[in-house]
Amino acid sequence: MASAHNGMRLTLKIWRQPSPQAAGRLQTYEMRDVSPDVSFLEMLDQLNEQLIAQGEEPVAFDHDCREGICGMCGVMINGQAHGPQNQTTTCQLHMRSFHDGDVILIEPFRADAFPVIKDLVVNRSAFDRIIQSGGFVSVNTGSAPEGNAIPVPRHMQEKAMDAAACIGCGACVASCKNASAMLFTSAKVSQMAYLPQGKAERSQRVLSMVAKMDEEGFGACTNTGECEAACPAGIQLSNIAVMNREYMRALLTSHE
Amino acid sequence: MSTVASEPAILDGKCPTGPMAERWEQRKRDLKLVAPNNRRKYTVIVVGTGLAGGSAAASLAELGYNVLSFCVQDSPRRAHSIAAQGGINAAKNYQNDGDSVWRLFYDTVKGGDFRSRESNVYRLADLSRNIIDQCVSQGVPFAREYGGTLANRSFGGAQVSRTFYCKGQTGQQLLLGAYQAQMRQVAAGKVKMFSRREMLDLVVINGVARGIVTRDLVTGAMETYAADAVVLCTGGYGNVYYLSTNAKNCNVTAAWRCHKKGALFANPCYTQIHPTCIPVSGDHQSKLTLMSESLRNDGRVWVPKTQGETRPASQIPDDQRDYYLERRYPSFGNLAPRDISSRAAKERCDAGYGVGMGGMSVYLDFADAIRRDGEATIRAKYGNLFEMYEQITGENPYQVPMRIYPAVHYTMGGLWVDYNLQSNLPGLYVLGEANFSDHGANRLGASALMQGLADGYFVIPYTIADHLATSKHEKVTTDHPAFKEALIESRNITERLLNTKGRRSVDSFHRALGKIMWDKVGMARTAEGLQQAISQIRELRDEFWRDVKVLGSGDNFNQMLEHAGRVADFMEFAELLAIDALERDESCGGHFREEHQTPDGECQRDDENYCHVSAWEFQGVGNQPVMHKEPLSFEEVHLATRSYK
Ligand SMILES: Cc1cc2nc3c(=O)[nH]c(=O)nc-3n(C[C@H](O)[C@H](O)[C@H](O)COP(=O)(O)OP(=O)(O)OC[C@H]3O[C@@H](n4cnc5c(N)ncnc54)[C@H](O)[C@@H]3O)c2cc1C
Ligand code: FES
Repeated sequence: MASAHNGMRLTLKIWRQPSPQAAGRLQTYEMRDVSPDVSFLEMLDQLNEQLIAQGEEPVAFDHDCREGICGMCGVMINGQAHGPQNQTTTCQLHMRSFHDGDVILIEPFRADAFPVIKDLVVNRSAFDRIIQSGGFVSVNTGSAPEGNAIPVPRHMQEKAMDAAACIGCGACVASCKNASAMLFTSAKVSQMAYLPQGKAERSQRVLSMVAKMDEEGFGACTNTGECEAACPAGIQLSNIAVMNREYMRALLTSHE
Repeated sequence: MSTVASEPAILDGKCPTGPMAERWEQRKRDLKLVAPNNRRKYTVIVVGTGLAGGSAAASLAELGYNVLSFCVQDSPRRAHSIAAQGGINAAKNYQNDGDSVWRLFYDTVKGGDFRSRESNVYRLADLSRNIIDQCVSQGVPFAREYGGTLANRSFGGAQVSRTFYCKGQTGQQLLLGAYQAQMRQVAAGKVKMFSRREMLDLVVINGVARGIVTRDLVTGAMETYAADAVVLCTGGYGNVYYLSTNAKNCNVTAAWRCHKKGALFANPCYTQIHPTCIPVSGDHQSKLTLMSESLRNDGRVWVPKTQGETRPASQIPDDQRDYYLERRYPSFGNLAPRDISSRAAKERCDAGYGVGMGGMSVYLDFADAIRRDGEATIRAKYGNLFEMYEQITGENPYQVPMRIYPAVHYTMGGLWVDYNLQSNLPGLYVLGEANFSDHGANRLGASALMQGLADGYFVIPYTIADHLATSKHEKVTTDHPAFKEALIESRNITERLLNTKGRRSVDSFHRALGKIMWDKVGMARTAEGLQQAISQIRELRDEFWRDVKVLGSGDNFNQMLEHAGRVADFMEFAELLAIDALERDESCGGHFREEHQTPDGECQRDDENYCHVSAWEFQGVGNQPVMHKEPLSFEEVHLATRSYK
């Protein structure tokens, strides 16, 4: 437990919005004696316990694994998706990244395609629909060949793995001024492009995923690179280049 | 005579007989099929979208059934399976190191301390090979050798290298494979996806599972869904301990409410405490983080040889360190199974040799491995795990040893199922961690992912057809009175929670329950402690219903209400767990009764009296449940004392 003298005093300004239709506003809360060892979400847990004790409704926020892998958490912290720490999700961020007396602005991930459900919770189901439009290999259970039948060069597998590490949190969209979903979509397109298993459907995949992305109301990419900087999973901008190439290739060669 | 009346009823797992290696083939020959053009006439509810649920939903939809899929997260891709780090076992024998289906089967039966069903385990080991093929085809980027073939690593409890992995994110990649297969079926119109929906009850009509009640977590709407079968894939109950490595939303609610509707709950006392977790750092702790067991391939576990040592690790010379796993288990060393490694850590810490805050951790040291292989190699293998450790603790494990301590991780117990994965309620199937079937009293590392996917991809598609083809029940709709009744019951529970209007928060009740469970029903159990736990749980449960404070309303997004419902179920379930632990008067695997240990502190099983599955039947909250026994017989792997020395 943090002792009184090493705990921090913090001022939190948190977006409160009771429902999707209701108007939201920032509300200020004072926190005392926050230990540097607690995680950001544990700090919010502590705030919520305080609010409950006072009979106020706690702040709603999404979270699950608290290990940086499920992609469920994610808020804007002082204007940065997932806060100040590089390649770190909100749940993995610890209060040792903050200082006594800090004012912390906490808002939901904002984008037209991510409507607010309540407080800091948003609806990211558009990402599921992008995957539905082509982010898979069409192989039914039972029809797979032997695992070692097709060798995959190690460097290709590693590139595929790096792209596949996307946790689908939406930080890329929230930090992009155009609310573009290019980084998310390209990570899946390039994972599949690097692997022989993904080759058969490559044209159709990229065309339909890009079309879906537009249809869902995500913006265009203007190469500002904010998405890469905000990504907790280290997904690189080079995936967008791969997707653009795949897209051009598909336009030129697609006969479907 | 009364003694006869109190003899437990004998349960039949309905396993095929005949040679072990042919049992699944034989069962498949006997199962009835549903013709392709008839499949679209059947609707199957799949609750849960982890490895078990995701793979089941995708596979059933590919076959042509109409699937309704439910999960509590905002997307099916976020099921708790995503957090699995280390890997998935398969008996491919790519390393030419003596592995085989039989050896994986043998290791799993032995690892489970002879408390699992041999027929199931054999099938699991056999299907493990198909899983890898399937996942590779889906584009799962498993680690590869330079020549492009699949790579393996070793895991605890095995002397062969059979674990397939994707860096430290194996669960993520396998789950995304299943999720993508499922999304493909959503696009094809065969899966209807319901995210942010919590199952609150099972609807049973004439003894057959026919549907579920759910709450829409966004709007608060209570809904009912009817189907021809229900497949429950809702994961484990580790969060009954509050602190565990499970994701915060993991719960026992779906399984428990099925139990209250008549489904038997088997071996709830078999819980797994994982040896390598980041230790508790204070009262604020909301969950615990696992450091993958794969780290034990290269890390050496030790504590100082002197009690209450205060020097930093770097200043303690080698001859003053006790590498206690290597000392006690020379042939498995740091790769001893989980239950054994966990207890060994607890033993050292209880004896005063522990390090870190309150002496409640041990070192996991990579210095030798870094000297031997270089930092780059270690980084390539475990980089993301090391980073995670540093983020949480603020310490750099390349420079100072990690500190670890055991934590609740996995639950081997679950709803009872037969060989077909069907519960005692016809039409209710249970897959993945939610069932009890394959791991006995202790699960080996990298075997849960294997089981979830075996169940979903390769078992349920066959066995469910038999139920659909043979049970000639009438179609029902949600207009049936049973649905209305179940809906009202669920609504009543919600209203009761909201109307209690007490003073104490849900979270504080959950923490209090967790503390009772960890202290008295955790790594080491005694009859006396368990009896105390049972009465403390009852008191806490009464207090909960008198004094819980749930704010807000039921007709919108209300996380406190969700949590309250789950804690209410944990309060009831915890009692069953403790009762089972008390009744099982032996030590086996993860269930360690201090009264039953060998002179050197190992588990002492009582095969004469406890070589069975204990499956409990609900008799009302607070009433002693009725036990049903499924005797276990070991034909292939002969009952023996487990030794890893
Ligand atoms: C940190 C960690 C690391 C692990 N690493 C490994 C490893 O390396 N190898 C290995 O083999 N195993 C590992 N395991 C174990 C393994 O991950 C799990 O046992 C397995 O993934 C469980 O899969 P499942 O499909 O049964 O359930 P889960 O993945 O837990 O999925 C449960 C699903 O049910 C849904 N659900 C739950 N309750 C309800 C409800 N009431 N209503 C509606 N939906 C509901 C959830 O939304 C979710 O979709 C690890 C576990 C942990 C905690
Ligand atoms: S809660 Fe899972 S990534 Fe943060």
